[in-house]
Amino acid sequence: MSGIQIKSLTKTYKSDAVLDDISLEVPEGKTLALFGPSGAGKTVLLRCIAGAVEPEAGQIILNGMDVSGLPPEERNLGMAFQNFALFPHMSAEENIASPLKARKSTRDQISTAVRRVTELLKIDHVLGHAPKELSNGQKQRTALARALIAEPDILLLDDPLRNVDAKLRFEMRLELPRLLSGRGATVIYVTQDYKEAMALGDTIAVLDGGHITQIGSPEDVYLRPANTAIASLFGDPVINLLDVVPERDESGIFVMLSDQKVHLNSGYDAAVGREAIIGLRPESLRFANEGIPVEIEAETPFNEKIVTLTQTKRGREIIVSRPAGTDAPSTGTACIAVEGTSAVLFDRKNGERIVPASDEKEQAA
Amino acid sequence: MHHYSPLERVLRGVALTAIVIFFMFPIFWIVLMSLQTNETILRSPPSMVFEPTFSNYAAIIAGRLDSNVASMGIEFMNNLMNSIILSVGSVTVALILGVPAAYAFARHKFRGSEDIAFTLLSFRFAPPLLVLLPLTMYFQQIGLADTYLGLIWVYQLICLPLILWIVRGYFEDIPQDIEHAYRIAGHSWFATFRKIALPLAGPGIAAAALLAFIFAWNNFIFALVLASADKQPVTVGALAFVTASGIQYGQIAAAVVLSITPTLALALYAQRYLVEGLSLGAVKG
Repeated sequence: MSGIQIKSLTKTYKSDAVLDDISLEVPEGKTLALFGPSGAGKTVLLRCIAGAVEPEAGQIILNGMDVSGLPPEERNLGMAFQNFALFPHMSAEENIASPLKARKSTRDQISTAVRRVTELLKIDHVLGHAPKELSNGQKQRTALARALIAEPDILLLDDPLRNVDAKLRFEMRLELPRLLSGRGATVIYVTQDYKEAMALGDTIAVLDGGHITQIGSPEDVYLRPANTAIASLFGDPVINLLDVVPERDESGIFVMLSDQKVHLNSGYDAAVGREAIIGLRPESLRFANEGIPVEIEAETPFNEKIVTLTQTKRGREIIVSRPAGTDAPSTGTACIAVEGTSAVLFDRKNGERIVPASDEKEQAA
Repeated sequence: MHHYSPLERVLRGVALTAIVIFFMFPIFWIVLMSLQTNETILRSPPSMVFEPTFSNYAAIIAGRLDSNVASMGIEFMNNLMNSIILSVGSVTVALILGVPAAYAFARHKFRGSEDIAFTLLSFRFAPPLLVLLPLTMYFQQIGLADTYLGLIWVYQLICLPLILWIVRGYFEDIPQDIEHAYRIAGHSWFATFRKIALPLAGPGIAAAALLAFIFAWNNFIFALVLASADKQPVTVGALAFVTASGIQYGQIAAAVVLSITPTLALALYAQRYLVEGLSLGAVKG
């Protein structure tokens, strides 16, 4: 079996488990976006795969071969570092050519390959420059070119867009999928930016505190986050999380928000009476003539959307996001209409998502 | 850019001049002395006005020390050669042994590595006289006394810890990701050491080598005890100028000038390596 398989990988520093029993699989040619807050262990996991860090336990299988114990140079993969890690005493060209030099390619092969990859990445005009003469964007592309040039089957990208400016990050986010899919490489892409994870990943793995807390499609992670932490990490503005206790009457299952009934998906039968947290995406809320009465605290216009911070009678804060250009009150009191069926429900004790009965069926099928 | 007022500029100039005079004056005076005869040096009051003579240099290079009482042979040029052999030899050996060791201590933490590194450093703490007596006896037994090899070996007590600890710090300053990147690109660890670690630590290695050279060159006590006349370096050889007929200041001064010249030349040559930036902007700070 090709691709990347990781089985029960564990790595500890001193006595802290940085990676605790990690297992995951990336099918050949697919991109896994490894997402998590800083300090979650993303970089350590990537280094374990690359062979720069030796794990205590577990197996790493690349293209069907167990590489545990193999030195980095024999794992035959490409990696781009968050800090670029260019060789400072070599020109951009020598940097990019170094994987081919190690593979004993001829001079002609090297210059052809360098030309092809640098034209693709639009850095062919700075090949003679030393790394210190390059802009951050050029450094990042040089590092990427170095990772791509030997056309490795396995590509590890450690937050390569972290240290570049916003404009270039946006451009690269559009370009990268084309670059990656064109080569058929199996990719692990580490990022702290949920948008990057959703744009680039066929699958998203969320790593938090050394554990993988969720693996799923971008849609899955966004709409059905496994716990409140993941729900808060995905989405901008951040999801509204409000303490509630679901109840039931003849009209169905509902929660009370500011003395207003908000009806939920009928599958939440099991949640009735439990202390829970309801998650409401700011973009699923809208201002209306009736609904939950709120006081408007502040309004922040972004280019494409307007984010309003409001407060309910009991002092709970709710964020509402709406597309720019839509009309809404910007001061005073207003009402918010809540679409209860799109809400997600979490257990208040452990923050885990309460899976509605209808979803369970869906997942079983 | 910070701009200085005229007063500040004047004061800075005065301060810099004072410092330069303070440090350079002894050397300047020695150079003057080396160009005078003993009589003009010792006249009172001292004067800057004299007839320059190269007789001191001539005497040293020819190896004949002529005083007003008698004439005797000196081995100063031989001593100078010994100093060069001993210093170059011990720095070379210390680099060959110390640089790979420094890399190992910087990159591979193994059990007891800190203890070993510290033990090596502690060689510099030991008073040389304490070590010398037993060392002399052992060296005489195994035939290393009064050999270049034996002296170079003992000089490792001076050079090796110095090189090890300075170079280790420079290796540790190289971001490890750069080395990882080179290995992931497909190069062996040895190629990484040669093509990445060594060039990037180059300025540090040059600085450490220069310092070790100066310390080896200036060493007196090891050579005094362990070397006989034909292996003595300049530091010990200078004792010959204290003769029964008085101290030959002019020749001593000429000898000093000759003996600081190699170190000075080396320092000037190495300077351009020392100022080269280490990281060269490879990694975003």
